[in-house]
Amino acid sequence: MNWIYEPWPWYIAGPMIAFIMFLLIMVDKSFGMSSNLRTLCTMCGAGKKTDFFKFDWKAQKWNLIVATGTVIGGYIGANFLTSELAVAIDAKTISKLNTLGFASAGNAYLPKELFVITNSTGAFLNVKQVILLGIGGLLVGFGARYAGGCTSGHAISGLSNLQLPSLIAVIGFFMGGLLMVHLIFPMIF
Amino acid sequence: MRTGIYLFIGILFGITMFKSEAASWFRIYEMFSFDSFHMYGIIGSALVIGAIVVKTIKHFKIKSFYGEAITFPNKEKGFSRYFFGGIIFGLGWALAGACPGPMFALLGAGFLPIGIVILAAVLGTFLYGVVRKKLPH
Repeated sequence: MNWIYEPWPWYIAGPMIAFIMFLLIMVDKSFGMSSNLRTLCTMCGAGKKTDFFKFDWKAQKWNLIVATGTVIGGYIGANFLTSELAVAIDAKTISKLNTLGFASAGNAYLPKELFVITNSTGAFLNVKQVILLGIGGLLVGFGARYAGGCTSGHAISGLSNLQLPSLIAVIGFFMGGLLMVHLIFPMIF
Repeated sequence: MRTGIYLFIGILFGITMFKSEAASWFRIYEMFSFDSFHMYGIIGSALVIGAIVVKTIKHFKIKSFYGEAITFPNKEKGFSRYFFGGIIFGLGWALAGACPGPMFALLGAGFLPIGIVILAAVLGTFLYGVVRKKLPH
């Protein structure tokens, strides 16, 4: 059973994701995580501002429960199923990231240079990092709704159902990602 | 009962995202640098198996666990919204290093600054709702 503490290889994780999509289909639902962001807007009263958020959010309660489960799953994965948090990324990636100033590449799960936003006493807040995280989130939320889905809704559910719009969206995902990593990262890091 | 099933599915998903490191910013960077097969293997195998699952359900008209007919609604036709929305999403995916599913898993894993990303993503969704009618779809 030691393998469970090791990082899961792609040939375990990929089939698991397909299995999760299968389970959701079999309980009359579908796989799509970014819909929850819209539901959260509606719960916060965004329906008063624009019609896009005027819907019965209780019909989406099931998906919020899936998201809650995802939070719990993350907790279980990090606290009970992982002995080594460092992600063993490729040596080429590590050297590229070192050049950009990410010294934590290869030694952490998330880059400390982006996700540790306070010093040890919590007194100092790194504003640049907070802004970058905020912009990242903003783009994800805006883009996912504009495109009508995210990685789960388009790359997994949509492509599995051979939907051309999902292929266009996934091509967009990659164009955006490549643009960010190769063009914008050297400017901001 | 159903709540328990949804919760179980979510837990399975969260564990998978965390343990496969699909929730790691580093894996996303590595993917966009074409340095490893890992993420391509995850997404690729998920969608190949997924496509077989969908095809099988359609072919044999398999009913859901609750005896309902299963339908797969087609995505609305269009180009602009998928292309431009996709690019915007991709920019954020690479910067924050997380898409919506992994964000929730990271929150549970105790990486609290991901809360900023989640709140901003909710705000981004709201902004889309506000300017939606002015955008090409």
